Amino acid sequence: MSRTLTYREAVREAMVEEMERDPNVFLIGEEVAQYNGAYKVSEGMLDKFGPQRVIDAPIVETGFTGLGVGAAMVGLRPIVEFMTWNFSFVAFDQIVSSAAKMRLMSGGQINVPITFRGPAGAAHMLAAQHSHAPESLYAHFPGLKVVVPATPADAKGLLKTAIRDDDPVLVMESEVMYSVIKGEVPDGEHLVPIGKADVKREGKDVTIVTYGKAVHTCLAAAKKLAAEGIEAEIVDLRSIRPMDSETVIASVVKTNRCVVVHEAWELCGVGAEVAARVQRDAFDHLDAPIERVSGRDVPMAYANSLEKVCIPDAARVIEAVKKVLYLS
Amino acid sequence: MAILVEMPKLTDTMEEGVLRKWLVKEGDVVEPGKVIAEVETDKATMEMEAFDRGTILKLLVPEGTGVPPGGGIAILGKPGDDVTALLDRAGKKAEKAAPAKAAVSAAPVVAAAPARAPTGRIPASPLVRRLAREHGIDLQAVAGSGPGGRVIKRDVDPIIAGGGAALAVATITPLPVRPAAPLPPPSAGDVLVPLTPMRRTIARRLLESKQTIPHYYLEIEVDAEPLALFRSQANRDLGEGGAKLSVNDIVLKATAKALREVPQVNSSFREDGILRHGRVDVSMAVAIEDGLVTPVIRDADRKTLGQIAAEARDLALRAKDRKLRPEEMQNGTFSVSNLGMFGIERFAAVINPPEAAILAVGTIVPKPVLRGDLMVPGKTIVLTLSADHRVVDGATGARFLQVLKDLLEHPMRLVL
Repeated sequence: MSRTLTYREAVREAMVEEMERDPNVFLIGEEVAQYNGAYKVSEGMLDKFGPQRVIDAPIVETGFTGLGVGAAMVGLRPIVEFMTWNFSFVAFDQIVSSAAKMRLMSGGQINVPITFRGPAGAAHMLAAQHSHAPESLYAHFPGLKVVVPATPADAKGLLKTAIRDDDPVLVMESEVMYSVIKGEVPDGEHLVPIGKADVKREGKDVTIVTYGKAVHTCLAAAKKLAAEGIEAEIVDLRSIRPMDSETVIASVVKTNRCVVVHEAWELCGVGAEVAARVQRDAFDHLDAPIERVSGRDVPMAYANSLEKVCIPDAARVIEAVKKVLYLS
Repeated sequence: MAILVEMPKLTDTMEEGVLRKWLVKEGDVVEPGKVIAEVETDKATMEMEAFDRGTILKLLVPEGTGVPPGGGIAILGKPGDDVTALLDRAGKKAEKAAPAKAAVSAAPVVAAAPARAPTGRIPASPLVRRLAREHGIDLQAVAGSGPGGRVIKRDVDPIIAGGGAALAVATITPLPVRPAAPLPPPSAGDVLVPLTPMRRTIARRLLESKQTIPHYYLEIEVDAEPLALFRSQANRDLGEGGAKLSVNDIVLKATAKALREVPQVNSSFREDGILRHGRVDVSMAVAIEDGLVTPVIRDADRKTLGQIAAEARDLALRAKDRKLRPEEMQNGTFSVSNLGMFGIERFAAVINPPEAAILAVGTIVPKPVLRGDLMVPGKTIVLTLSADHRVVDGATGARFLQVLKDLLEHPMRLVL
């Protein structure tokens, strides 16, 4: 059995279930308690768990992130919420120098079972500084795991797995998806493994590799393509590090064509990594060069009209698909 | 409704057929199975039959025209049918097929496929390269519809659907030399002889052989006295009626027997291993008017000398008349080439791929030989083996020639 949840409800359920399951789990972040969360993700959690476990932090990311890493080092399982991932840059050193390195540099004596989570990517007219999609940036660092769920079921299942993971996991959500994206979430214990991609739509003509919010853009594009007789297979990576090559390669071997779609910029982006792996492992199966559809290579525009141009839309996905099919 | 009669793919390697002769004219009524034309392929001149019933409304190509498989050559239907659409389609098909046709002749390639960079390398997707390897498709002969003339999957799909080996040659295809500049026109007094399909096939296959097979050569002199004696006795005993044995028939039989004894020579090199053939099918090179064909005597090791003689004669006669069926010239496992009738004493032949060796047979030469301590008049014949070193090492090739020499010097063993 399953229920329909919004993305927001799914994230909340994951935290609540894990906090009920393990007293070492706590939530810390800006406005997570009294205000019920900047985006109401933690609504009701203060009432349920009290101020010891749902903690309002001052507006000092480097401070409360460091606090979280320290707590994790002594055995707690913190969930550090960034109001948005844009603010994580203030705490960058805590994440990449402390959390990511501690296990190695302590010779395996100290692990850091921490979860960093919050929305990433463009929402709507939040301008250049508040529209970052930093998944490839963080995925670059060995010692960190990065997941970008696209559906309520994946958001719940991946976040629960992240909280139980003994190493730092970064979960990137989306303001846009919190309310708009609804979906079936299985009842009972629902865990999604980190590092396993998911085929969100089967097709034989082209493989579209994507993740996060862009999955929905690609599904919309696939629907239009189907009307033209083109069946796109959509592989949702779900996890950027570790990355599941196997599912991607199996799909490309089937379709012979590959398009990678993400909101983040192209240079050194996830698409570059996917393309490198596909050309290495499926070289003899490619009928066309791999195409990438990504955010325009500029700081995000504030103007509504220009923001739309920056973010990949279904039309651009369709264009790329037709290119690899030699139809354009 | 009128239909287009297309040039059939008469052989696996056929890239175009030359319409040698129309055997019907416009207005004739044909039934399925009626021979309507003679078509010259790379292998032979063959009869082309009608597949459908109807009236020949239009012959689209004059005699002597080369048409790629699938190209329209005639329109069949009922008198009064509208044929304009078909004429249009035939025209388009011809255009589409043109690059494929041009690819085999070096000179026009650059002109026929202008989209393709004249670098000699065929742009093709990695997928297409793999499919070409697996299905033995010669990418030279495929028109690419991708950017810059890139050959992409949809260009080879019909070839694979049509049985794979369509435009196939052996796995490795050397590229014909592409001149950067147009070829100079013939000087006064020179004659440019157009390449026939057969000439192109010979050129391509022998170039491929010499470029891709590491040839080496072994020569052995055989005492031909017993052979000559055996032959004259046999022919005398056969009387006037029977098919006479030639030296070549005896060599064919001995070769087949030797191949059975040294099976390493009866093999083919492939990427995945050396294919040791279960049958001994000996190809014999037959010179014909403007080329050469290699009809095959199947299971030559199991046939009697008389059977081989009769079959070799029949094959040679029909080869000269160009009446051999393609399958009679395919899948030999070893070749024998004999220039003895021209007085050639010895020569080295080019291997006929995918076979691993070829035997070149010279003429019987009268010369003094040593018998015991005495120099006496004798006869000798020289055999030269060209072998693919990837398959047959020197010692193996030598052993094969030893066995063959021993058989030819004791020809009674060939009938026991």
